[in-house]
Amino acid sequence: MKSAVIVFPGSNCDRDLAVAFEAATGAKPVMVWHRDTELPDDIDLIGVPGGFSYGDYLRSGAMAARSPVMQAVAQAADRGAFVLGICNGFQVLTESGLLPGALLRNAGGHFVCRDVALTVENAQSAFTSRYDAGERISYPVAHHDGNYFADDATLDRLEGEGRVALRYAESVNGSARNIAGILNDKGNVLGMMPHPERVIEPAHGATDGKRLFEGLVEGLMARA
Amino acid sequence: MKARIFVTLKGGVLDPQGRAIHHALEGLGFDGVNDVRAGKLIELDLADGTSDEDIDAMCRKLLANTVIENYRIEKVA
Repeated sequence: MKSAVIVFPGSNCDRDLAVAFEAATGAKPVMVWHRDTELPDDIDLIGVPGGFSYGDYLRSGAMAARSPVMQAVAQAADRGAFVLGICNGFQVLTESGLLPGALLRNAGGHFVCRDVALTVENAQSAFTSRYDAGERISYPVAHHDGNYFADDATLDRLEGEGRVALRYAESVNGSARNIAGILNDKGNVLGMMPHPERVIEPAHGATDGKRLFEGLVEGLMARA
Repeated sequence: MKARIFVTLKGGVLDPQGRAIHHALEGLGFDGVNDVRAGKLIELDLADGTSDEDIDAMCRKLLANTVIENYRIEKVA
């Protein structure tokens, strides 16, 4: 099983995500620089990490979404590789059009950095298969632009197709319908603002994120 | 040739920055402000002959996110 983590100038959760991928898959992921134009052909899992790519210039994720490697990520996603975008990675995925909508400045204007309660809305996806539908979990968030926005028709479609994977169970950033994470139409791309990679071992103080990575690996094994 | 691109949030998209500016203006005693919306001005210095289509493409592909933003192009001689 081959995994990769994309690294942009200003990424700062890339190494944490690499540790989470390695713990789940048993192999170190390839770290891919934003200027690279290719990913390994047989890549199974791609992480787009959190951070402040390009200093959040223009809009969060806007510059990173137009960097050369994102073409390769889009092609891999099209082939069915799993793509997980966390925090800034979620912003990059919406800016690149791999996921609908956009992430706006938090409604309260403040940077939010704390553990938040989440509800697993869809436990059928590979990303969430190790959770129960409706289960209450807790992941940390750390973002300024996490206020998910999409027009009503798009929101209705996401809800109707079961593409809202995670929802905030409390008020966090003003997100439309409290959306914390969404899937693409094929279910192989997930973007989310909370950080599962920060809660995968007891030393982190919590392990709620571990099952997300285990579920992904399970999904990949089942497919192989 | 120069062009100015004005990028503004679409109506209905919450603008926390505009709201904070509004509050600050009220704090300074300016009571007559009904609403504040903040946007961006991007100035481009372009090769002569750059087509309107190209400028528009720059806006759509990068300068504005049309999910949440409108843009207006003003060409300056």
